[in-house]
Amino acid sequence: MAKTVLIVDDEPNILLSLEFLMKQSGYVVQTAENGEQALEMIRQAPPDLVLLDVMMPRKDGFQVCQEIRQEHDTGSVRIIMLTAKGRHSEQETGLGLGADDYVTKPFSTQDVVHKVQRLLGD
Amino acid sequence: MPQWAILLTPFLYLGLLFAIAYWADLRARSSRSLVNNPYVYTLSIAVYCTAWTFYGSVGRATQDGVTFLTIYLGPTLAAVLWWVVLRKIIRIAHIHRITSIADFIASRYGKSMLLGGLATFIAVVGITPYIALQLKAVSASFDVLLYYPEATTGAATGGLLEDKALWVAAVLALFAILFGTRHVDATERLEGMVVAVAFESIVKLIAFLSVGIFVTYILFNGPMDLVDRVAAEPAMREMLNPSGLPGGYTSWVAMIVLSMAAILFLPRQFQVTVVENVNEDHLRTAAWLFPLYLLLINLFVLPIAMAGLIYFGDAPVDPDNYVLALPLAEGRELLALFVYLGGFSAATGMVIVASIALAIMVSNDLVMPTLLRFRHMPLIERIGLRRLIVYLRRLILILLLMLGYTYFRLTADAFALVSIGLISFVAVAQFAPPILLGMYWKGASRAGALIGLTGGFIIWLYTLFIPSLVDPAWLPGMTPDGLFEGLHLLNPQALFGLTGLDAITHALFWSMLFNIGGMVLVSLFTRQSNIERIQAALFVDVFERSERDARFWQGTATVGDLEALLARFTGEHEAAEAIRDYARRQGAPLEPNQEAPPDLINQSERILTGHIGSASARVMMSSIVKGEALTFEGVMEILDATSRAIEYSRRLEQKSRELELATAELRAANQRLTELDRLKDEFVSMVSHELRTPLTSIRAFGEILLSGKDINPDQQREFMQVIVKESERLTRLINQVLDLSRIESGWGDWQLKDLDLRGVVEDAVSATSQLFTDRGVTLEWRQPDQECPIKGDSDRLIQLVINLLSNAVKFTQPERGPVHLTLQPLDTMVELQVRDSGPGIPTQEQQRIFEKFHQISDQQAGKPKGSGLGLAICKRIVDLHWGTLDVESVPGEGATFIVRLPLAGGDHCDISRDTEHR
Repeated sequence: MAKTVLIVDDEPNILLSLEFLMKQSGYVVQTAENGEQALEMIRQAPPDLVLLDVMMPRKDGFQVCQEIRQEHDTGSVRIIMLTAKGRHSEQETGLGLGADDYVTKPFSTQDVVHKVQRLLGD
Repeated sequence: MPQWAILLTPFLYLGLLFAIAYWADLRARSSRSLVNNPYVYTLSIAVYCTAWTFYGSVGRATQDGVTFLTIYLGPTLAAVLWWVVLRKIIRIAHIHRITSIADFIASRYGKSMLLGGLATFIAVVGITPYIALQLKAVSASFDVLLYYPEATTGAATGGLLEDKALWVAAVLALFAILFGTRHVDATERLEGMVVAVAFESIVKLIAFLSVGIFVTYILFNGPMDLVDRVAAEPAMREMLNPSGLPGGYTSWVAMIVLSMAAILFLPRQFQVTVVENVNEDHLRTAAWLFPLYLLLINLFVLPIAMAGLIYFGDAPVDPDNYVLALPLAEGRELLALFVYLGGFSAATGMVIVASIALAIMVSNDLVMPTLLRFRHMPLIERIGLRRLIVYLRRLILILLLMLGYTYFRLTADAFALVSIGLISFVAVAQFAPPILLGMYWKGASRAGALIGLTGGFIIWLYTLFIPSLVDPAWLPGMTPDGLFEGLHLLNPQALFGLTGLDAITHALFWSMLFNIGGMVLVSLFTRQSNIERIQAALFVDVFERSERDARFWQGTATVGDLEALLARFTGEHEAAEAIRDYARRQGAPLEPNQEAPPDLINQSERILTGHIGSASARVMMSSIVKGEALTFEGVMEILDATSRAIEYSRRLEQKSRELELATAELRAANQRLTELDRLKDEFVSMVSHELRTPLTSIRAFGEILLSGKDINPDQQREFMQVIVKESERLTRLINQVLDLSRIESGWGDWQLKDLDLRGVVEDAVSATSQLFTDRGVTLEWRQPDQECPIKGDSDRLIQLVINLLSNAVKFTQPERGPVHLTLQPLDTMVELQVRDSGPGIPTQEQQRIFEKFHQISDQQAGKPKGSGLGLAICKRIVDLHWGTLDVESVPGEGATFIVRLPLAGGDHCDISRDTEHR
């Protein structure tokens, strides 16, 4: 069965590009434009992996990550953070909150795909 | 009233005075002093008002009208300066234990015996006639009381033993001896004397007010009645004219200056205001209360004078006696008796204080220095110096009063009351230059003071005193027109050809010219001795230096010698107490054969000064101290070490205050820098984020397209459009960052010009018209008819309006209505409004939207985002044009951005364009 990837970003064009890449790699893709929407979707049907942007209005990526890890049902979801500031501290914060990996914008498409595949054991 | 009753009354009154003084002394001894009281102090100063005031003022007013007031205006004016000048004199006198005006002068000019003696001599010669004047007043007024109406023109002197003046003088001498020479230490207060004098001041004031009220309101119908009657008589009208004094206004000024000097430097005034002062703060009360006293006691002078002139007409009544004659003529004997007691109080108060002050001066500054040369004579050894001083003072008191009495007998009929008083005033005015210059000018020297005093005194003798004695009847060789016949330049009434002044003004002018001139010139060209320079520094800087600074004995003396010396003047008990007291304060006992510390030597000298005057004390000290007194440099070094330490610590305090201030400033600056640094970091981080976002899309789609897998042509096209759009976004962003940094850095390359804002708006509207068309939004805008002239940079202002319009169009849905733009000039501003009909801005966001990169988190999804810099740039542009940018918005109903810019021609236009604004 194809694995599910949830992409969360408030930039429609980035969403568009990631959606294309993940579909190309054979995953089932869901998208969300902000953190709250993302959490709702995860609770209803936990995906296998979340590509999570950090800088989003209302609820940022760190908060979303934290809440995913705290809840039992969703605890095992793989998370890759998408960071934009390119600061070391930002990456560490993400990993500290329980993210499995991170990708820095602007990212290499190959790199993103590889990291997703590795985490999902493909 | 029986004659014996009238004869007895003044002596009964003197008995009362004795009782009061005795009671006051008793209270002082049981530490319940009466004199530590500003009102007693002020009343004692009123000893200034003598019989001359009491009787003479009325006499003077009948001749010269209101000019009698000059003598009281001077002290009133001087009272203003008391806190400055008199307080300094008091401080100096107390620190240096100075007990007379002669000692003050001697001490200031290097403890000079010669100067002290000269000043004492001047005081005695100058004041004796004044004492005589009081005796005359007592005697003459007594005769009026006894023999009215036969004796109303002056004294009718009979045989020596029948002369009341002699008896009065004798009783006063007794009083002065009892209450004035009680202690040897003249710095110990004569509390009995002070309280008695204060009491007399009350009696004379009430007496004068009583007769004034009687005459003005009972005998006549109030002051206006008197004025009307006098004005009706051409012969009397002259007294209402203030320029009536011979010599006119020059004399007014001279009299005022003269009495200003008198209130400070008359020996009796010095005694009550300086020596008997207990607390400097009493001066504050005295400075207003004493002028008030003067006002009250002068209130009825003019009415009584007018009443007397009207009442007696051409009858031969001496105007000096009006205060007595008026009640007597009306048969009011009791009132007359009370008035007599008032005059008696005025006279006796003056005689008591003046004679005591003079006696202290004579004993300390004339007799003692001479006596101390013979201190090893067997007679002196046997009596003991201490008792000798007391006997001497008593003898001197008796002699002084005898001198006054003799003068009175010799000149009894010669003068009116006023002239003698003024002659005395000019004599004591000679003390003003050495004292005042000495207090404020360190350069004033002993030689200068000697020459000045001598010069002024000789002029006084020649122009005033001798002419006053020259009675053609018993000195036929001398005439007032010239001591030396034929030498007109030396005419004592018109010295060196100076005419047109009255005798007093004339004498004051010449004596002061010689006194001050001689003093200043000689001081400038003489070298001061060490002790002179020390004393000068101690006097002038009395408020800066402490009492203990005044040490200038370098030599040595044993404690035993010091104690023995002190004991000769103060008594053994007091001497031992002084030494013990010093040892207690130092915390170490002193052995008799031990070398005395310099402090103790100085303290002993000051104790001696209180007993025998500064010059004598110095002689005594030098007799037991072996070795030299310190040099001036040595003393100054000690003094300056103290003041340097004070100065140093003052500077240190100031420095530490400055340092604290600087630290606070640095901390604030550091905080600002840290904050700026944080803002800069945040900005860079925000810019980085904003740049990465479009770059991410561009790179991602670029790589997707490059890989060429599974892309249909439609997708290919869509992805390429994204790349182009995001590239445009990137370009816009970069441009705005650059814009912002240019604007942030201030004026930069701005072109400040006079503009019409309507043109700016037109340009912006046409630049955004395509945008509006694309979005299908209409713009409604109105231009006003009149000009909107402002000063500014046209390109920036167009950018401002474009930004606002772009924002508005971005948030407006075509169906919800147009964007409005209005422009209207107000009083001093021009206002530009851009109103959209978008979602509006939440209240809590309204201030933050002008921050850089602030994005409202609640934007509608799918809306194109701005860079977050547009409004920040707008705000900065408006700021730099001295304007304001505000937003008004109700969420859901759109937002209105309001720009207000000042019209051209305001102050702001003068500001150089180089000046960084804000």
